[in-house]
Amino acid sequence: MLQKVFYVFVKTGVLFLLGLNVRRKELLPAKGPAIIVANHNSHLDTMVLMALMPLSKLKDIKPVAAADYFFSSPLKAWISEHVLGIIPVERQRKDKTADPLEGCYDALGEGKVLILFPEGSRGQPEEMTDLKKGVSFLAERFPEAPVVPVFTHGLGKALPKGSFLLVPFFCDIFVGEPVTWEGDRTQFMSRLKDSFNTLSTEKIFAPWE
Amino acid sequence: MTMTTFHWTIAGIWGVLAVASAIVYWISRRSDKDMSELVQRTQSWWVMVAIFTAAFLVSNTISIIVFAIISFLALKEYFSMIPTRRTDRRVLFWAYLAIPVQYFWVYDSYYGMFAVFIPVYMFLFLPFASLLSQQTDGFLRAVGTLNWGLMLCVFSISHAAFLLILPATSGNASGGAGLLLFLIFLTQFNDVAQYTWGKLFGKRKIIPGVSPNKTWEGFLGGVVTTFILALITAPLVTPFGLVHAAAAGVLIPVAGFIGDVTVSALKRDLGVKDTGSLIPGHGGILDRIDSLTFTAPLFFHFTRYFYY
Repeated sequence: MLQKVFYVFVKTGVLFLLGLNVRRKELLPAKGPAIIVANHNSHLDTMVLMALMPLSKLKDIKPVAAADYFFSSPLKAWISEHVLGIIPVERQRKDKTADPLEGCYDALGEGKVLILFPEGSRGQPEEMTDLKKGVSFLAERFPEAPVVPVFTHGLGKALPKGSFLLVPFFCDIFVGEPVTWEGDRTQFMSRLKDSFNTLSTEKIFAPWE
Repeated sequence: MTMTTFHWTIAGIWGVLAVASAIVYWISRRSDKDMSELVQRTQSWWVMVAIFTAAFLVSNTISIIVFAIISFLALKEYFSMIPTRRTDRRVLFWAYLAIPVQYFWVYDSYYGMFAVFIPVYMFLFLPFASLLSQQTDGFLRAVGTLNWGLMLCVFSISHAAFLLILPATSGNASGGAGLLLFLIFLTQFNDVAQYTWGKLFGKRKIIPGVSPNKTWEGFLGGVVTTFILALITAPLVTPFGLVHAAAAGVLIPVAGFIGDVTVSALKRDLGVKDTGSLIPGHGGILDRIDSLTFTAPLFFHFTRYFYY
């Protein structure tokens, strides 16, 4: 309920303040288990991807985010869990026996759609860094779950890391064909990387330096 | 509610749109070519005419807000397609804030401030705000492009809204709303007329280096059509006599053409086809209001000089 109310506001804000140009929205997974992987530039990324989904589906969509950031205080933890529906992942593993992806496996097992940012951090706005290979473990465990790459541009301009001032820009979202599991993790990651390369060169973006 | 000539004119515009839609439907049925863009474009016209009709009928304030939103969307489109500097994020934010302020002057009928706020105060303020970051690389390009965008998307367009504030006179019962209707209708109709004449009879290119699809036949056909339409509609919604109606009937299509090719030059420079994708079949909002950025201020001052 709280989540729906929150996303009504987010959807309105996204529509008016930002404005999205989504290519191939129909490729977004309609049901789980499925994994959406996106590049990460801004806190807006998760909210915008969630805002693309119908309100009735939101409870089945789970962003995966860093436990050290989103669960660092009781208030943050409560919002992250109840409003954003975040699955926490430990970036620095303290307990070497626990699998950091346990929460993700559980969610996929329950037929949820995960949103994952394999760059691991927002980093420099509008610059992509190497992909962490966690997503390939998920694909290996759930080979039937489609892994849908989504490339976004402009959100890092609107709200880059370290800034609280939202400056309106039109943003582009390119949804790619699902990458399927073919039995090899390295090869899976390189196909995912290729897919992002193709999506990110689909349009020439205005320079921002 | 009694129907005034103003209301009849709006009804007439719906009639024109209905006839045009019927023709488009007939063509798309007969033609074996892909007409989906033309059909989409026509559908978008229904939405745009509906928005304007609603705004006109509800109140001046709503219409002013609609124009402020148009300016915001246009400026956002502009800022999204030009090269910008990371250090100027805050400056862009100030530029956006100029929109509510400028349209407040419109709402407040404060002509003096309306006329100088952007070309004087924002013109002086934006470079100052930009230099605070102490990044001089690309400073000139940044302040130049930001100011031009603000002039084009906000200052120019706000002149259309300011027409609304002009009071009714003995010769023109519909007042400013009538003048605005006249301006918008003729500007947009002229776009369609120039396009249609060009499609049907276009041969001699008019300015191929900027806009290869524009032809003399399209331009002149549009000017003549709009001129005739200006003579017919001027007595309904404006205070213009025959001479002024004729002058406006030339001013609007010519200025509209120049606005159109100016935005085309901008797009060519940036290497983009459309300014955005907000209006299905048309492209971005700047693609739709490019002619208005020139006709609005020129028509406003024409009217103000002779009648107010």
